[in-house]
Amino acid sequence: MNAIEFRDVTLILGDRVVLAEVSLEIASREFVGVLGPNGAGKTTLMRAILGLVPASRGSIRVLGHPAARGNPAVGYVPQLRSDVGTMRLSGWDFVARVVDGHRLGMPFPGKAARAEVDRVLDLVGAGELARRSLSETSGGERQRLLLAQALIGRPRLLLLDEPLLSLDPHFQRDMVELVKALQAELGIAVLFSVHELNPLLGALDRVLYLGRTQAALGTVADVITGPVLSRLYGSEIDVVRLKGRIFVMSGGHDLERDAHRHDDGSPHAHAHHH
Amino acid sequence: MTTALRTLTRTITKEDSGKMLEYDFMQNAFAAATIVSIVSGLVGYFLVLRGQTFAGHALAHVGFTGATGAVLVGIAPLWGLVAATAAAGISMGFLSERLAQRDVAIGIILALSLGLGLLFLHFFTAYATQATALLFGNVLAVDGETVWILLVLGIVSVATLAVISRPLLFASLQPELAAAKGVSLRLYSVLFLAIVALATAECAQIVGVLLVFALMVGPAAAAQRLTTGIGKGLLFSAGLALFEAWAGITLAFYTDWPSSFWITALSAGIYLLATLPRSGRTQRPARARYRPA
Repeated sequence: MNAIEFRDVTLILGDRVVLAEVSLEIASREFVGVLGPNGAGKTTLMRAILGLVPASRGSIRVLGHPAARGNPAVGYVPQLRSDVGTMRLSGWDFVARVVDGHRLGMPFPGKAARAEVDRVLDLVGAGELARRSLSETSGGERQRLLLAQALIGRPRLLLLDEPLLSLDPHFQRDMVELVKALQAELGIAVLFSVHELNPLLGALDRVLYLGRTQAALGTVADVITGPVLSRLYGSEIDVVRLKGRIFVMSGGHDLERDAHRHDDGSPHAHAHHH
Repeated sequence: MTTALRTLTRTITKEDSGKMLEYDFMQNAFAAATIVSIVSGLVGYFLVLRGQTFAGHALAHVGFTGATGAVLVGIAPLWGLVAATAAAGISMGFLSERLAQRDVAIGIILALSLGLGLLFLHFFTAYATQATALLFGNVLAVDGETVWILLVLGIVSVATLAVISRPLLFASLQPELAAAKGVSLRLYSVLFLAIVALATAECAQIVGVLLVFALMVGPAAAAQRLTTGIGKGLLFSAGLALFEAWAGITLAFYTDWPSSFWITALSAGIYLLATLPRSGRTQRPARARYRPA
């Protein structure tokens, strides 16, 4: 059974077509890196898989069922919100919110719920740091807690939306290694979106590259090529391989690096599209 | 009525300060303060955690219009307060996304609310007394019947809060994930602001519409400085609110200064104490105190 199946899927946000008639299949136990320029629809794709954005046309199946909200088999790490860092709540309590969080009742976890929280914290190696207040954790530590939340309920598909954003390179490496180890240990499928391919190179099985309402899914060698990316970007793209790293260039600019910088507040956002 | 009570209080303070609880109005005041501070402490904890403290303040302003309007047409101001805050709270819940970045629009509506309230009072004869009581509260004027109404409203809001608190917290702390898990963010936003509306109306009976922050936000914010657990946080928040209300009324009785002043002073003082850096805490971050709730 495939983890994800898109059949001629069209996704529309407001009056903007994000994906147009895209078909793709992602196998269970596959680690797929999701790439594409800002606004290409990486987040929207994940929200569609979660059932939060309905397909305007086509069908989306997730683990054999039509995509629908509240599927416990899908774990989700949304982009880290800045207000999490200001919360005066222990990491443990933060993670515990997810256990039965959709059910009415009081927020005091029972024995089984506490065990589940401890289990996922152990999985991501956050048992110690979860004792601290969120306001006393680093970005990398918060990201780990988010990952723990996503593992509650033993998902078979994990969606991670830009978990490397604003992490230092060595924390990025830790995060990728952790997710890769979890994927192997738990035998789950992973969709991991990033701005830049290189941190994922050792971990991913295939790449899903989005751009201009289209998608290309395949191995790095198949997808990260001048012709494929030129089609997705709509401009001439060169792919440069250097010492095991890959650079996607347009007219001498490193596109993925540029894209990464934009989310850190650069005033030149989106300039590279033109 | 109010003036009479204040004169009465003054005489009592001078002649017989040892028997505070022998007076009916003091018993009512303590009963009302107990109910309202527990409600405010619990609701306020969620309000602070959701970063919606301004909503409590805004609802109180709108409540002023309701209360003065009620006075004008001859209904008890409490019902006007409840009606206005509930209507405003529910609308804010529905509009929450669109209101997020509208400071100017919200500010103008709040000013208009106070202005309308002023106009309504202008048409009413006992202008000054009513205005002061509504704006700054007068817990010594709470009668027995009001205590019962406060109790019923308090039970309704705390019970509703208890039933929805788990999904509400989930939606507050991790909205995207909660939505993906099937939690309706809008539903809980509306329900919660309706609860806040009731709590605000209650709170205004004790400290007045302008000082709702003192009982609803101060203790909750201090509690979150003192503990990082949810259960403990709720307990501390309600406990601090209760202490501040009781101590405020007691101090008012013995000093003849307004109880609302004392409550705001205690609220600010305790918050300030709670935010002071403590050496043990920064070096060993909460490790020894940690217990999963």
